[in-house]
Amino acid sequence: MEHVVHDRGGWPDDTPIDRAEHELAEWELLMDALVGTLGARGVMNVDELRRGIEEMPPVSYEAASYYERWLFSVEHVLTEKGVLAPGEIDARVSA
Amino acid sequence: MTFGIGDRVRVSGRRHAGHHRTPGYLKDRRGTVVRVHATFPNPETRAYGASGLPEQRLYLVDFAASEVWDTDGIDGRVLADIFEHWLEDSA
Repeated sequence: MEHVVHDRGGWPDDTPIDRAEHELAEWELLMDALVGTLGARGVMNVDELRRGIEEMPPVSYEAASYYERWLFSVEHVLTEKGVLAPGEIDARVSA
Repeated sequence: MTFGIGDRVRVSGRRHAGHHRTPGYLKDRRGTVVRVHATFPNPETRAYGASGLPEQRLYLVDFAASEVWDTDGIDGRVLADIFEHWLEDSA
C-alpha cells in the first residue's frame, strides 16, 4: 500500500502524539479567517484546501505547522485559479 | 449500491491518484455499516473546483481494530466515514 504524506494512519512511529495546546499567533487567526472568507465568497472550498495541502512536497509538509500548510495551500490554489500571479506574494513581501 | 445499517461492507482497494477521503489503512478492510449519514457533494471532484455533484451517500462504518491494525489481541473499534462509491457488498 502506497501512502501519500497526509494519509498517516498505521504509519510505524515510536514517538508519542504531541497533544500540547498552544496559543494561536495573530497570523494563524487571520489564516483561519481568510479561508472562511474564501469559502463564503465561493472563491475556494475546503476540499480544494485539503487537496492543496496534499500536493505539498513531503519534506515541506513534514516541516510545516498546521496553519503553514493552510497558507501553502491557499497560495497554491489561488495561483492555480489565477487569483494570484505566480510569485505575487513573495514579490509583495520582499518589496 | 445502497447499504443499510448492519450491512457487511468492504472498502474498495482501488488506487485513486487524486484527492479522496478514503484512508489508505481501510482499503480492502471489511466492516459494518452503523449509520447512514446523508448525501454530500463529492470531495473528489470538488477538490478541483467542480460542483461535486451528484452528491454521494456517506456511511459510518465500524471496523474491528484487529481487521485494521496489528493489535496484539487488544480489542477495539475503528469508526470511519466512507462514501458509498468506495464500498462493496461483503455479505
